[in-house]
Amino acid sequence: MIRVEQLSKHFGSIKAVDGISFEVGDREKLILLGTSGCGKTTTLKMINRLIEPTSGNVFIDGKNIFDQSPEILRRGIGYVLQNNGLFPHYTVGENIAIVPQLLKWDGKRIEKRVAELMEKLHLSKDQLKAYPNELSGGEQQRVGLARALVADPPVLLMDEPFGALDNVTRSKIHAEFKALDELKRKTIIMVTHDVQEAFELGDRICLMDKGKIVQIGTPADLLFKPVNHFVQSFLKEQRLQLEFKAVRIKDIWGLLPHAKKTGDTGLNADITVWSGLENFKSQQADHLNITHENETRSVGFEQLITAFYKYQNGRAHE
Amino acid sequence: MNEHQQTLWEFMRQQSDKLLMQTLQHIGLTFISLIIAVVIGLPLGIWITRKKYFSGIVLGTAGVLQTIPSIALLGFMIPLLGIGIKPAIVALLLYALLPIIRNTYTGITGVDVAVKEAALAMGMNKWQILFKVELPLAMPVILAGIRTATVINVGVATLASYIAAGGLGEFIFGGISLNNTNMILAGAIPAALLAILFDFLLSRLQYFNFRKIKTATATLPLLLIILASFYFIPSAYGGKLKAGFTPEFMGRQDGNLGLESKYGLKVHPIVISDAVMYEAAYERQLDVISGYSTDGRLKAYDLIVLDDDKKIFPPYYAAPIVRQDALKRLPELENALNLLSGKITDSIMSDLNYRTDYLHQSPERVAEDFLKSHRLLKPLRNGSNGTVRIGSKIFGEQYILASMYTMLIKGYTDYDVTTKTGLGGTKICFDALNNNQIDLYPEYTGTGLLAILQPPSKAIDSLIADNNKTYNYVASEFGKKYGIKWLKPIGFNNAYALMMREKQAKQLNIKTISDLKRYLESNP
Ligand SMILES: Nc1ncnc2c1ncn2[C@@H]1O[C@H](COP(=O)(O)OP(=O)(O)OP(=O)(O)O)[C@@H](O)[C@H]1O
Ligand SMILES: [Mg+2]
Repeated sequence: MIRVEQLSKHFGSIKAVDGISFEVGDREKLILLGTSGCGKTTTLKMINRLIEPTSGNVFIDGKNIFDQSPEILRRGIGYVLQNNGLFPHYTVGENIAIVPQLLKWDGKRIEKRVAELMEKLHLSKDQLKAYPNELSGGEQQRVGLARALVADPPVLLMDEPFGALDNVTRSKIHAEFKALDELKRKTIIMVTHDVQEAFELGDRICLMDKGKIVQIGTPADLLFKPVNHFVQSFLKEQRLQLEFKAVRIKDIWGLLPHAKKTGDTGLNADITVWSGLENFKSQQADHLNITHENETRSVGFEQLITAFYKYQNGRAHE
Repeated sequence: MNEHQQTLWEFMRQQSDKLLMQTLQHIGLTFISLIIAVVIGLPLGIWITRKKYFSGIVLGTAGVLQTIPSIALLGFMIPLLGIGIKPAIVALLLYALLPIIRNTYTGITGVDVAVKEAALAMGMNKWQILFKVELPLAMPVILAGIRTATVINVGVATLASYIAAGGLGEFIFGGISLNNTNMILAGAIPAALLAILFDFLLSRLQYFNFRKIKTATATLPLLLIILASFYFIPSAYGGKLKAGFTPEFMGRQDGNLGLESKYGLKVHPIVISDAVMYEAAYERQLDVISGYSTDGRLKAYDLIVLDDDKKIFPPYYAAPIVRQDALKRLPELENALNLLSGKITDSIMSDLNYRTDYLHQSPERVAEDFLKSHRLLKPLRNGSNGTVRIGSKIFGEQYILASMYTMLIKGYTDYDVTTKTGLGGTKICFDALNNNQIDLYPEYTGTGLLAILQPPSKAIDSLIADNNKTYNYVASEFGKKYGIKWLKPIGFNNAYALMMREKQAKQLNIKTISDLKRYLESNP
C-alpha cells in the first residue's frame, strides 16, 4: 500500500531522516516509535509532502506521490496533527466538513456524513455548532480524527494523536480507536513516543533513532528478538506489561488447558494476554470463556499466566 | 461661558451649510485615502509575509513616510500632483499605510502554525489558505490597524485645506488667521468628534465576534465606499479662471467679501494655504490668487498685481506698535525704533522678501545687509539695562523687521532683546502684545483697522480711502483702547492684492480687478 524507499531529509547539516525504507501493507497499522527528535514527524510529513524530501521516493498504491499535485494527494490522505490544528474560527461541524467542501460534495451529503461521524466518535449533536475552544482536549482530538476520516481516505497519517491526553482518557480513546470500524479498513501510520501506545495499537512498530530505522517488526519481534541493545533498553522499563501486550491469547492457545466448554462462545482469542488479564478484573470472574477457531475454553487467571510464562521461556530458547 | 457657547452655537447654525460641506469633505477625504491605503497596504502586508526578506524594507519605508511632517509632505506633493484632492489623498494614504501594512503582517504571521499546517494537510491551496484561514484569523489585528489609520487620517485631513482640498481645516485655519475663536471651534470640535466616532465604531467592529467576521468583512468595504463618496456630494468649483485665496482673505471685508460686494466679483475661490498658493499659481494650478503687494514671491513666480481700481483694499502701511508702559520703562527705545522710519519702500521690501522667501537667505542676514548698506549698523553694546521683547507674525517680512529692530536696539541702546517670532496670525500676535507677553511687533494700518478695531463699515469706507486718515485713526484708537502706541511708519505699503501670472494677464488683457470681472462675465 505504502512503500518508502531510501527517504532522506537534511536540514542543513542535520540529517533529520537518513535514508529510511519500509513498507506498510493494506489496512496495516504501522507505528513510528522513537525518542524526541529522531525524525518521526519529518518522516510522516514527507508522506503527504508537507516536507519535501532531500532524496528518496514514496509510493502509495504503486503511484509515486511526487508525480501528483500536492493538493490532490493530500485530499486523499487523512492527517491528524500532534496538537489537533482545528480551525478556531470554524464550528465543529464546519471543521469536519473542510475536506468535503474542498472536494465539492453537495450539502446534503456533507451533512449526513458529518452527523454519521459525530455519532461514531461519540460527539453529541449539540456540539455541532460549538467552537473548538468550547470543547475538552479529548473532544477536540475526536473532532480532529473525524476531520481526517470524513472523506474516507484509504490512508491515515497520525502524529501523536493522543499525546495531549491524560492516561485515563487516553486508554478510553485507545479502546474506541480499536473498535472503530472506520479505522479498521484504513492503512495507518501513527507517530508516538509512548511505548505502551505503540504496543497497544500497532500491528508493526518501526523503532527509529537519529534519523535511521533501528528495527521494524511486530511488537513481539521487538520484545523477544531485539536486534541490538538500543531496542532492548528502549523497552526495558515497561517490559513486563509490554510482554503481556505483545502476546495474543491465540499465540499461547496450545499451552492453555483443554478444559472444553460447550454452548455459548466467549472472548475472541485475538485479544492480548494483557486485555485478557484485565477482563478477569472487570468481570470479577475466576474463569473466562475464550473462543479460538470455533473452540471455546474456560480459562482461569493462574492458568493464563502459567501458559504465558511457558510461551516466553520457549521463545527465549529459540 | 454660557454666552460664549451661545455664540459658538449661533456661528455653527449660521454657517451650517459650510459646516456640513466641510464635514462631508472631511469624511470623504479620510475614507477615500483609507480605501486606497487598504487596497495597497493589505496586499503589500500579505506579500511581505510570503517574502519575509522584503518585510524590513517595506515596513521601514512606510515608517519613514510616517515621520515626515504633514505640512512638508503636502508641500512636496504640489510640484508632482498640483493642488486639490489628489495630493491631499496621496499624502493621507501615505500616513495610513504603515498601520495597515504592519498589522496585516503581524496578524497573518501570528496565525497558529498548526492551523496553517492543518489547512495545508487537508489539501487547501495557498489562496484557500489565505482567504479561509489566514485572513479571517488575522482580521481583528488588521481591523485594529485600519482603526489607527482612520484616526490618523481624520487628524491629518484638517491640513488638507492648505492645498485646497477642503475639509474642516478651512474653519480651523481660517479661524486662526481671522482671530475668530468660534470659527476655530466650529472646525476643531467636529473634527475631534469625527475621530472619536470612527474610533468607537471601528472598535465595535474589531471586538465583534471574530467568527462572524465574514459578514463584517463584507459590509466594511461597502461602508467605506459610501463614506468616501461624501467628498463628492458638495460639488466642485467652476469658472473659467481658477482662483485660490488664503483662509484669512476669504473671511475679510477687505478680502473676498469686499470683492463680492464692491466689484460683484464671483470667482468661486478655493481655500489654500499661503505657503503653497504662489507656487500653485506658478504651476498653473491657479490663475488668480490673493497676496501681498510686497511679497517677494511676486518676483520669483512672475506674477503681477491687479490694480484695485475701486479701492477696496485699505492701505497697509507698516509701523512698529509698542506698549506705552514699555516706552516709559525703556526711554531710549522709541528713537531706536524710529531709525527705520521712511527707509523701506515697496520695492525695497519686495526685494528683501524675495531674498528670504525665494533665495532662502536667513532673515538675520538680509536685515544685516540692509542696515549695513544704509549705514545704520552699529557694533553691539551688550547692554543689560532692561530687556525688550520683540514679537513677529509668522512670515518672512516680519522676521526681517524683527531682526532689524533687534540689531538697532542692541546697537543704539543699552537694552537686551528677546524675540518671540513666528506668533501665528494677527490674533496670536496682538493678544501677546495686549497681554504683556511682548513689548512690540510690526503691524499694518489696515490690519489694525479691520482685523483688530473692526469699526462699523460706514466709518471704514471713509477711512480707507485716505492713507493718513487710517494711520491717525488706528494710532489714536490703539492708544485709547489698549495703551499701545503706533510709531512712525516704516514706509512701504504691504496691501492686499489680487495677482495673476504676468503672461496670462497680458494675454487676456487684464490689468485691473474690474477687467477681471468683465472677462469672467463675458466668458462664463
Ligand atoms: N524545519 C526544520 N529546520 C531545521 N531542523 C529541523 C526542522 N524540522 C525538524 N528539524 C530537526 O530535525 C530533527 C527531527 O525532527 P522531528 O520533528 O522529525 O522529530 P520528532 O521525532 O517528531 O520529535 P518529537 O517526538 O519531539 O516530535 C530534529 O533534530 C529537529 O530539530
Ligand atoms: Mg514530532
